[in-house]
Amino acid sequence: MNTAIGIAYLIAAVVFIFGLRQLGSPVTARLGNRVAAAGMTLAVVATLVSPAGSGVLPSGIHPHAVNWIIIFLGMALGGTAGVISARRVLMTAMPQMVAIFNGMGGGAAAAVSALELVHLTEAHLRGGSGGQLATIMLGSAIGCVSFAGSMVAFAKLQEIVGGGAIRLPFQQFIVATLVIAIVVLGVLAAAVTSSYAIFALLILAAILLGLLLVIPIGGADMPVVISLMNSLTGLAAALTGFVLSNELLIVSGALVGASGTLLTQLMAKAMNRPLTNVLFGAFGAAPSGGGAALAASGTVREISVDDAATLMIYADQVIVVPGYGLAVAQAQHQVHELGELLEKRDVSVKYAIHPVAGRMPGHMNVLLAEADVAYSQLFDMDQINGEFAHSEVALVVGANDVTNPAARTDRSSPIYGMPILNVDQARNIIVLKRSMRPGFAGIDNPLYLDPKTAMLFGDAKDSLTRLVNSVKAAP
Amino acid sequence: MNSSIILGAYVFVLAILVGFEVIARVPSMLHTPLMSGTNAIHGVVLVGAILVAFQARNPATDVLAFVAVVLGSLNVFGGFVVTDRMLQMFKPRSQRKE
Repeated sequence: MNTAIGIAYLIAAVVFIFGLRQLGSPVTARLGNRVAAAGMTLAVVATLVSPAGSGVLPSGIHPHAVNWIIIFLGMALGGTAGVISARRVLMTAMPQMVAIFNGMGGGAAAAVSALELVHLTEAHLRGGSGGQLATIMLGSAIGCVSFAGSMVAFAKLQEIVGGGAIRLPFQQFIVATLVIAIVVLGVLAAAVTSSYAIFALLILAAILLGLLLVIPIGGADMPVVISLMNSLTGLAAALTGFVLSNELLIVSGALVGASGTLLTQLMAKAMNRPLTNVLFGAFGAAPSGGGAALAASGTVREISVDDAATLMIYADQVIVVPGYGLAVAQAQHQVHELGELLEKRDVSVKYAIHPVAGRMPGHMNVLLAEADVAYSQLFDMDQINGEFAHSEVALVVGANDVTNPAARTDRSSPIYGMPILNVDQARNIIVLKRSMRPGFAGIDNPLYLDPKTAMLFGDAKDSLTRLVNSVKAAP
Repeated sequence: MNSSIILGAYVFVLAILVGFEVIARVPSMLHTPLMSGTNAIHGVVLVGAILVAFQARNPATDVLAFVAVVLGSLNVFGGFVVTDRMLQMFKPRSQRKE
């Protein structure tokens, strides 16, 4: 490899590591992302100028004019589409966006692997060694799994297909069979390089595996799934680096593969569910019997806007519990306004953020920060859970599953054992909710039947606006 | 097995160890941006796409190379921009524009 380009790749790899480190702290995160983007620019530019110095491409290979057209047209098209969609996407739809971009990366890795196979088998290159062929087969299979899995995750979050969990018969058996089939097909495709038919079957089997892995998983678990697919794409990208003898690809891919796996475990831990349970548990597939019986046995108490406003005005402390409903209604600004008005009346206002509030860890923090809610008012579950018991009001805005006391008490509940916010310990609970429909996990919430709980039905934004007006009008 | 594969394996294993170390303690509010940021970094597969596109020699491989470059670019550009948008919210109030 040309020394200058080799050094550029080395710098890019080091820059990625520093960027990743900075992404782990709130103060430096944005800088870290930009540092990583600068590293990426360096890597791409170095690659584009590489044919001039050569050494990066196999000897005797010089790009044709059509290759340059493909590359610049492709980058212009993909880059423009990427930037525009990333700019336009609503904050609430961020998780889907990440899933899509991740799927694109997986697809790219699979396509690169396939092209490596073609180049290796065609006469103009060195013959492929067993190790090279193995990395090609693995890279294409993993890339396809990630592509297909990410697309399903996107479709579920976007609600193109049903968001709930679907229990497929013999899912684990089919998945195991597909994995074995992929291994066998990979060995055969490496042995028989005269035809690409077996390789095509491998691609098909891997896409099918990706679909079948994610389709049964309920929407509430999608963050974990996207994170897992993210680390798979990293792995696939690393594998493409072996045949190209490109250490930058190997380093960056492996870096993402490892940190993505760790992140996946952190997310699963925040939901108190082992990863295997997320993948094969079919969360919330059947409505729990206990929950259904409860709905019939209790009564729901409604509250008027003015009563709710009065309750909060005379409270010492109000804890706001935001959830996905707030994100959907785009009501972060209204909740901030209400908080400000209450603070002016000497009510202490705190925001309780469950680790998986919204649809992704950190989603709620981003939304509330967008609305200028001060960081000092945001509290993690562990920090705030002790405070509910001496708070006058807990105001639940579009959160459901993360407040469900059944997670603590009902062993038959699918979310049993998930850490929840102790909303039910507050002296009064006001729930802003569109209807009595169950939440994302598809289970009933006994909190709504608690005698201390009052429901304020309606769109979160609308209800909050009316609450704001009522607080303003109050003497 | 040739030595470049072995060398690659060394780099791979060491990078995995670094990957586990580098994000040891991340507050949960940064989980989503971090996932998005790592998502953008594996967009480095665009480098691989460019390298195979240089070598494409017939219409079928041209098309596949084009697909690889488009998908890789979507991953890189979209990934970094979306992460930046998420992290924009983490800036102190006084410094924020928009």
